[in-house]
Amino acid sequence: MNKLNKTLNVKRDNLLTVYFTAGYPRLEDTAPILLSLQAAGVDIIEIGMPYSDPVADGPTIQESNKRALENGMSINLLFEQLKSIKDQLTVPVVLMGYLNPVLRMGMDVFCAKCKESGVSGIILPDLPAREYDLHYREKMEANGLSNIFLITPQTSNDRIREMDNITNSFMYMVSSPGITGAKSGISEDQIKYFERVNALKLNNPRLIGFGISSNETFKQACRYSNGAIIGSAFINVLSSAKDLAEAIPAFIAEIKKGI
Amino acid sequence: MNYHVDEHGYYGEFGGMFIPEMLFPNVEELRNSYLSIIQSDAFKKEFEGLLTDYVGRPTPLYFANRLSEKYQTNIYIKREDLNHTGAHKVNNTIGQILLAKKLNKKKIIAETGAGQHGVATATVCALMGMECKVFMGQVDTVRQRPNVERMKMLGAEVIPVTSGSQTLKDATNEALRYWIGHPDDTHYIIGSVVGPHPYPDMVARFQSIISKEIRAQLMVKTGKGLPNKVIACVGGGSNAIGAFYEFIDEPEVELIAVEAGGEGVKSGRSAATTALGSTGVLHGSKTLLMQDEDGQVIEPHSISAGLDYPGIGPQHAHLFATGRATFLNATDEEAMVAGMELTREEGIIPAIESAHAFAALKMLNFSKDEVVVVNLSGRGDKDLEAYINWGKY
Ligand SMILES: Cc1ncc(COP(=O)(O)O)c(C=O)c1O
Repeated sequence: MNKLNKTLNVKRDNLLTVYFTAGYPRLEDTAPILLSLQAAGVDIIEIGMPYSDPVADGPTIQESNKRALENGMSINLLFEQLKSIKDQLTVPVVLMGYLNPVLRMGMDVFCAKCKESGVSGIILPDLPAREYDLHYREKMEANGLSNIFLITPQTSNDRIREMDNITNSFMYMVSSPGITGAKSGISEDQIKYFERVNALKLNNPRLIGFGISSNETFKQACRYSNGAIIGSAFINVLSSAKDLAEAIPAFIAEIKKGI
Repeated sequence: MNYHVDEHGYYGEFGGMFIPEMLFPNVEELRNSYLSIIQSDAFKKEFEGLLTDYVGRPTPLYFANRLSEKYQTNIYIKREDLNHTGAHKVNNTIGQILLAKKLNKKKIIAETGAGQHGVATATVCALMGMECKVFMGQVDTVRQRPNVERMKMLGAEVIPVTSGSQTLKDATNEALRYWIGHPDDTHYIIGSVVGPHPYPDMVARFQSIISKEIRAQLMVKTGKGLPNKVIACVGGGSNAIGAFYEFIDEPEVELIAVEAGGEGVKSGRSAATTALGSTGVLHGSKTLLMQDEDGQVIEPHSISAGLDYPGIGPQHAHLFATGRATFLNATDEEAMVAGMELTREEGIIPAIESAHAFAALKMLNFSKDEVVVVNLSGRGDKDLEAYINWGKY
């Protein structure tokens, strides 16, 4: 059982997951941001592995990917940064990225390094369920890694169940058709979709992501799920903050207000 | 050896559908329906009718007298440049727009590099009265300006893409992002044999008309349907697959693919994917692509916007890996020289993409009695400025 499983076993409400891109805004910011999010009481941290062609991401995260690569960020360096604070990190860490850099490193090496650096889970939006199940599931499970699947308003109930059966972590519910990006409200259609998935009574908890940007949208999302994921809105904080050590706790406190 | 797609969308180890879940329903819908739609009699009748009456097919297979004399062999040129809109791209866009209509899609999106695929898409959208958005790298909108205006005249919205290197790869990313956000009413007409399954196979089938005609035309002209060599340029690889298709399972036919060497394979400014690439995942399929040691995609370079792409279609990756096709590359300069040679010897100004195929004539040995087919994928009108800037005529 990895740290992510442990967290999900004890907490099933208002789970706050925050995404940021490794090596952004500066190369050496990864570790301090992690520790700062942990101290602020975030439940799960999702770290983006920057990629040259992030097709599922909107302009905010595209930009952070680009800047991180210009800063010299790489997956190998991320593993080193993670190892350097491994003993201080209690919060579960999930890596999000695209398949190509992982295949380039080799899935075996990648999984082993994830384990070594204390990573619990992996999100690769362009790794389809069938490929995962056929070629990579064994490798990830052997290293104690949870693979996290995305589901969308267009995903059929059958397919959601198939994915629910081959993972042991959480289902990442993409809130609406579209790429990542901070949005303002939650619509009737979205609520219908959240309720449809709710009614499936899945094995795994569900976290809602894409477009969750504020205290209000976080609370709304939590009403229909076990928690939510904030990405672009947090990247915007990192981009504009004068002092990360102040801005991060302030932002997280604001998101969690009234919870 | 099987050189064609299997039921999971693979060509050997290449292909597949590596797409975010957001695209799964769209791609799955295509996968489930493309064969039954395009193999139906009604579809074939409409497709072939438009290719004949609207596109102007069959395109001639022209025996190039002076070029044959020069290279001491028998060179036939497949005149895809004579298609409506000036390139082979329209074979695919006609097919895909008919398919989109059958799937009840209301809107069309496309990516474009040189603008030829964008123009071919805007054209069929005008023909069918469908809304059309074309994503084009900002850099390409400048270097292919006449095509931008052609698309606008045809009623398409041209969306300049400012992410990444602002060329074909980024236009493709942006089209995929748009499709993710508009899954219900929009069909994405991909312009080459790239992308997730079933695109590579579907586009190959639409382009296979090129080699079907070559075979029939050679039969009449030479008494034999099979040439000794078929030569074509490769960006993503659609004109090449189209020219190879009928001959892939005829081992005596040599298949020769010519990639863009840019300023030279070792110059750091090249688009010769098989020479420089390794296995990876790009735009939804596992294929050969140019990447650095961290798996970041490398920006390619070619003088021709249509070949300026860091990957190749998965079927080409398989033809390369199995040795079924020979991959050569021609530099910017070699392509320009070959383009001028065709212009002076035969009175045909080729697209710079197609000129890469003709550059291979200097790299190969021919016997006097063999039959060589070169696929002239497009005409050079769009490239006049590049020829003028090059200036050596
Ligand atoms: C005339 C011409 N030939 C070739 C290509 C390259 O595409 P493909 O390799 O798919 O044939 C293009 C692309 O724009 C083109 O316009």
